[in-house]
Amino acid sequence: MGRKLLLEKAHIENIRSYEVYRKEGGYRSVEKALKTLTPDQVTDEVKKSGLRGRGGAGFPTGMKWSFLTKPEGVPRYLVVNADESEPGTFKDRYLMEFIPHLLIEGMVTSSYALGSNRSYIYIRGEYAWIAHILEQAIEEAHQHGWLGKNILGSGFDCNIYVQRGAGAYICGEETALLESLEGKRGNPRIKPPFPAVKGLWGCPTAVNNVETIAALVPIINEGGEEYAKIGMGKSTGTKLISACGNINKPGVYEIDMTISVEEFIYSDEYCGGIPQGKKLKACIPGGSSVPILPANLLLKTAKGEARMMNYESLADGGFATGSMMGSGGFIVMDDTQCVVKHTYTLARFYRHESCGQCSPCREGTGWMEKILWNLETGKGRSGDIDLLWDIQRKIEGNTICPLGDAAAWPVAAAIRHFRDEFEWHVTHPEEAQKRNYGLAHYADPLSVSVA
Amino acid sequence: MKPSFTNEQLQEVQRLVSRYPQGREKSALIPVLHLAQNTFGGWLSTETMDYVATLLQIKPIEVYEVASFYSMFNLNPVGKHVLEVCQTGPCMLNGSDSIVDYIYERLGIRPGETTPDGQFTLKTVECLGACGYAPMLQLGEHYKEHLTKEKIDALIESCIAKSAALN
Amino acid sequence: MADEIKKAPAPLKVTIDNITVEVPAGTTILKAARQIGGEVTPPAMCYYSKLEGSGGKCRTCLVEVAAGSTADPRPMPKLVASCRTNVMDGMVVKNITSERVQEARAGVVEFLLLNHPLDCPVCDQAGECHLQDLGYQHGKEGTRYQFERRTFEKEDIGPKIQLHMNRCILCYRCTYVADQLTDCRVHGVLDRGDHANISTHISKAIDSNFSGNMIDVCPVGALTDKTFRFKNRVWFTKPVDAHRDCPECCGKVTLWQRGDEVLRVTARKDEWGEIQSYDGKPGWICNTCRFEKKAAADWVIEGPTVVNRHSVISQGHYQGMQMPKETIQDVMSGLNPRLLMDIHDISEVNKIELSQLPGAATSANYKNESTKSE
Repeated sequence: MGRKLLLEKAHIENIRSYEVYRKEGGYRSVEKALKTLTPDQVTDEVKKSGLRGRGGAGFPTGMKWSFLTKPEGVPRYLVVNADESEPGTFKDRYLMEFIPHLLIEGMVTSSYALGSNRSYIYIRGEYAWIAHILEQAIEEAHQHGWLGKNILGSGFDCNIYVQRGAGAYICGEETALLESLEGKRGNPRIKPPFPAVKGLWGCPTAVNNVETIAALVPIINEGGEEYAKIGMGKSTGTKLISACGNINKPGVYEIDMTISVEEFIYSDEYCGGIPQGKKLKACIPGGSSVPILPANLLLKTAKGEARMMNYESLADGGFATGSMMGSGGFIVMDDTQCVVKHTYTLARFYRHESCGQCSPCREGTGWMEKILWNLETGKGRSGDIDLLWDIQRKIEGNTICPLGDAAAWPVAAAIRHFRDEFEWHVTHPEEAQKRNYGLAHYADPLSVSVA
Repeated sequence: MKPSFTNEQLQEVQRLVSRYPQGREKSALIPVLHLAQNTFGGWLSTETMDYVATLLQIKPIEVYEVASFYSMFNLNPVGKHVLEVCQTGPCMLNGSDSIVDYIYERLGIRPGETTPDGQFTLKTVECLGACGYAPMLQLGEHYKEHLTKEKIDALIESCIAKSAALN
Repeated sequence: MADEIKKAPAPLKVTIDNITVEVPAGTTILKAARQIGGEVTPPAMCYYSKLEGSGGKCRTCLVEVAAGSTADPRPMPKLVASCRTNVMDGMVVKNITSERVQEARAGVVEFLLLNHPLDCPVCDQAGECHLQDLGYQHGKEGTRYQFERRTFEKEDIGPKIQLHMNRCILCYRCTYVADQLTDCRVHGVLDRGDHANISTHISKAIDSNFSGNMIDVCPVGALTDKTFRFKNRVWFTKPVDAHRDCPECCGKVTLWQRGDEVLRVTARKDEWGEIQSYDGKPGWICNTCRFEKKAAADWVIEGPTVVNRHSVISQGHYQGMQMPKETIQDVMSGLNPRLLMDIHDISEVNKIELSQLPGAATSANYKNESTKSE
């Protein structure tokens, strides 16, 4: 049984309300930070904790904060990225919906550390009811003096506002998010300058994921060093994993990054195995952008070691035989699923979500989608697979923002590991319409004990 | 008829604008467009967008640019009830295709179409962040998750009942 | 004095394709490359030095940074947009010497041409189209795209400017012109992704007095001069530099003539295809100069426009051309063959200088000559 730091109390009745949350020890971290620590000391605790950004890139949060420039007389901003839109990822939604005060508490402390008197939560537009929940929590925090002027007599003022987006995955990219918050199209900015220097309205800005900011609460309560003791290596603390696809128990799980992928999929504490006695075929372990892995490479690294649910182990082997922790969106596919079709839906997703600013992404994502559709519907040609490979290679690394990479990687990994399935679609166009390719050699036979 | 907010709604606009520093009123554009779409028939006509531009003192083209970028804003009229079915990877794995097919069976509309009586519009959308509760659809501001044929039947009935109650 | 010299920031050294050049701090790689000029300069389809905020989008100017700076000589992992990346002291950049860059650029050109219509034969931009040039330089002969090309509905944006959205590569330059040169932008980029398009949304006429400059900044045939539409091919016209005293703009233009008729008026372009600057100020021209002054008498003609020899427009214009070198002497040990005499020299036979005659030589010329000698 892993330790829980964020969701431990998420299921206490009425934890959404301020009274219950406070009774359960809520807002202690704000008291500790504002009364006993300087803003820089808060940042130091974050550095000591080894906390890595939970949005997908995994960049050390303390380091990100220390890049924030602090010119005299210029306001600074904290913007919380709640634009959770990566297919497979729904962890922030869970946190905000069930225990909204945890985010608000983390935000007050973070705003104090960064010197932000006006902080924003940018939430995806479709999460309308969660925006209401957050506004309610903010209102309660105001009433009890955790927000507003001169919080706890510290002289620190802070207000938090919720801004709803309106349907654009690209706004999860931090500079596109800032553009959107400024009331513009969600076109990512060309960097440098980075938001830490020129962010919201041209002012220094820190953009952090919901889970990252919520993690401030245990970090301040227990101290950065204590937090760092949880986990393995550079994967400190706990991580929220949203598990979906073909598993018995889809949902959001808090793990402490010391468990194996096998345990996570098959143990009843987590995903509870694959339904209907089917076999595991493949998995995308960190949200749709990260490379898909066939079952054999998912459960064991190329070196034959058990693969663990943490940043280092999931990335072991690089893109050749590994994947990434990403945003923690864990998508499981059983042996009746079609990798080509799944890759097609992801390609369609990225084409739909491309902002259209830069040419490789604008043109390349649509091209890949069309070819994949042909392959899936039995109209593929033998050269299409190599063509797809070449297109993704020309998108990757050549775009303004990471959406290009995010669109290229799933296609690349699917071809890398499931090339025979793509070829089968070309050589057996009619059969491919009637049935799916199945397991082939990827994981057969795969015997896994159910915990 | 020219679009116009009520006094109460205008106060709401003021509240939205006040969340940003002075001179940054444009930042309220997306929240105000949400309000406008909810108020003026579920879509944004050119007149509505021009009205929003006047309220925020920005150029109309700035509103068109933004409204056309985001997938939640409808620039054409839609039915009273918009069924937005997610069809991205994880939902596909859990049978979103059959949901779209079943809605066609029930209502006779394909994605992008509206029933002749103007009651229902079917849209397919990309990932709505409910992957663990797939298949799902969005109806107005609400998510309908773990969909089955029975749940869709019930949903359609409740929409029809709601429309009837309003008439 | 000494203090002032100290304060001036030291120039930065940057090496591009093995050529080192000194530039002031804050210079982009692209500008430094333009300072060197020639082949090492990356192509730029969206960047426009006179338009603030432009660049970074088309990705044709991607270069490899093999060393970030003297202080931190690590290479940059990704190719960078040279138009938006500033030079650091000791930076080493590879453009034409980098295979990665050449490959990525070929990819970008392929992407840009993917949905671009092949209507050059009926496109007014043909002959001065940057995408055409780019395609010739980096593109492949065939296309690997097996699908129908994307099309957009036609939109009328007024009597002066023709919008042909199918040809647009979304460089955003025209929107910057509208934002930075006119007081009311009525067009912009609508929709997103592969549907993103330049539009006014309501087919509004773009009628600001400087709107015509959008035509000049458009790298392709998406925005063309409606008053010149289908009138001629640019390579049949004769460009001359001209000016007039204009109360609105600099009045310095290029007239595109056929015979004495002025078919089109544009601002003058520099070697990068951008509008020329005068005393550091971009020479934007007003719509009156561009669309209303179509008589040669409206203008003071300065002389033929210097056209790059490689441009198709240069055909028929000999400005700046050089005679090919005579090589016969070299191969014949310094001897000149007798049969190859130059008729422009004084004729040994007739004793008259033919080149001095006003027309073709007639018997009268020779008679006069013989009379003289008698």
